[in-house]
Amino acid sequence: MAAATIEAGDATLRVQGDWTLANAAALDALLERLPMRSAAIDAQGLTALDTAGALLLLRAARRATMTDALDIAGLNAADRALLRLVNARSDAAPPPAAVHASLRQLLERIGAALARFWLQTRELLGFVGLMLATVFEVLARRKKLRVTATVFHMEQTGLDAVPIVALLSFLVGAVVAFLGATVLRDFGAAIFTVELVSYSFLREFGVLLTAILLAGRSGSAFTAQIGSMKSREELDAIQALGLDPVELLVVPRLLALMTMLPVLAFIATIAGIVGGGIVGSLSLDITPGMFLARLHETTGLRHFWVGMAKAPVFAFLISAVGCLEGFKVEGSAESVGRHTTAAVVQSIFLVIVFDALFAMFFMKLHV
Amino acid sequence: MNANVDNVIEVRGLCNAFGKQVVHERLDLDVRRGEVLGVIGGSGAGKSVLLRSIVGLKDPDGGTIRFLGQDTTHLRADERRALERRFGLMFQDGALFSSLTVLENVMLPLLEYFALPPDLTRDIALLKIRLTGLPQDASGKYPAQLSGGMRKRAGLARALALDPEILFLDEPTSGLDPVGAAAFDELIATLKNALHLTVFLVTHDLDSLYAICDRVAVISDRRVVAADRVEVVERSDDAWIRECFRGPRARSAQALAQRHAAPAS
Repeated sequence: MAAATIEAGDATLRVQGDWTLANAAALDALLERLPMRSAAIDAQGLTALDTAGALLLLRAARRATMTDALDIAGLNAADRALLRLVNARSDAAPPPAAVHASLRQLLERIGAALARFWLQTRELLGFVGLMLATVFEVLARRKKLRVTATVFHMEQTGLDAVPIVALLSFLVGAVVAFLGATVLRDFGAAIFTVELVSYSFLREFGVLLTAILLAGRSGSAFTAQIGSMKSREELDAIQALGLDPVELLVVPRLLALMTMLPVLAFIATIAGIVGGGIVGSLSLDITPGMFLARLHETTGLRHFWVGMAKAPVFAFLISAVGCLEGFKVEGSAESVGRHTTAAVVQSIFLVIVFDALFAMFFMKLHV
Repeated sequence: MNANVDNVIEVRGLCNAFGKQVVHERLDLDVRRGEVLGVIGGSGAGKSVLLRSIVGLKDPDGGTIRFLGQDTTHLRADERRALERRFGLMFQDGALFSSLTVLENVMLPLLEYFALPPDLTRDIALLKIRLTGLPQDASGKYPAQLSGGMRKRAGLARALALDPEILFLDEPTSGLDPVGAAAFDELIATLKNALHLTVFLVTHDLDSLYAICDRVAVISDRRVVAADRVEVVERSDDAWIRECFRGPRARSAQALAQRHAAPAS
């Protein structure tokens, strides 16, 4: 490939070689050094020209203060046509530069975030209302209960989640027992490990772990399923057929999760206590018999009900957020991903906030 | 036929299959320098697979492809890289990078391959955007903010970023309204003449064939059954070609082409 040059003669700039993209960097440097004075341009020695070269040739013409860039001598017809096209298309003003960070933008973003939070809350409340209304209509038999879909989602969100929920709670139960034992043994109160494990799992961990797992596992799945239907215009099709997307898609998911989350929470609680019991018998000399007897003696049934009462609420929150985020998907696949992430973050956030509220509530009630 | 025509692409005995479904079987095709070649065929006939095989996005299951004189099936990574700079590919919906603005999309190949001063890179990219007929303010927008037609134009601008010798277009007019499609055809013809491009065009659009294609290749029954000027191809007696070129849609395209040709001659 011939090197490209531009030589300054007395009154003419002689253009030579391949004026192409490959030589553009070198040519640009040469042009920078060119004196800003009136001259003619002779392109007799030009061997190749592409759009980048044409752009540079126009710059050279500007440096030579030529009034009409197309006066360049010695161009062949094709190159002249290219130069004319580039000249016609490159005169427009450059686009405005992007504005970078400023205090005003900071305030703007804070304001926008607050407004968005308020809007999201309102949307969620509206959607909760819509869900409740539809559920009551289904219960009053004004709308149909989709039994097949409900059972399908019960399998997906409930049965299929049993292994992971049980395993994780079992491990957390073992860890809690271990932690408790380490601290309590110093006080000679290792036997209280039983209460530690049973209280924490019956009241909090069983249901909380399950809810967080299901938020990540099923809440995100709801968003992704409904979201991809939305982006393929399936939701519009449902509406155009005179059907109700909430009745068809949301109610089965809601009912499935509300029946299955308590069941899973129960399994998680049992698994956690079993995990604690095994650690107790292996490293604390609390035999399973002692563990069970102690459990029976000291732990009231009310702790179980405190935990279980929260399960349907968490299930409702997870399915409401998951389905709503699915409905908010717009068009692209990227949007599905964004809303799925948002669904998981929001539902875990809400689950933990509500758990804290429940804790305060039950404390005041002394249960 | 002239024996020493300059072929930029020579496909010989190409075979492609997905599992048991054979798409191409001993397919031959030439693309000559400076022409606009339109490739048509029924849905699923393997037009896009042919394009992907030629540009190296799919390894063919058999046969050879000579691309600008090099056998693409036996290329080292750096040779392939050098070859990839010499063609531009426009995908059906632009395939713009969604996290970058249009300007950044067009600048990306320039930044990756050439160490140019920033203002020159930007000017070249802006020129490409203007060449494709996009308004100036589109350059700062993200792909999601553009209409389908504008995304196609932006995709074309990115394909043109490195001043390629060969331009591959995958259904450039699909999804455009008739006015937009005609404008896009005209754009391709203009750019081809100004930038001395060879254009490989996969299309469903009969109007495009009549308006801008120098030659038409028809893929049917796993091979190229005809590759010639459109007036010759439409008289072929292959069953699919007969159906395609003598159906009601073809007649209106032909009428349109004749009306266009009349004032010119």
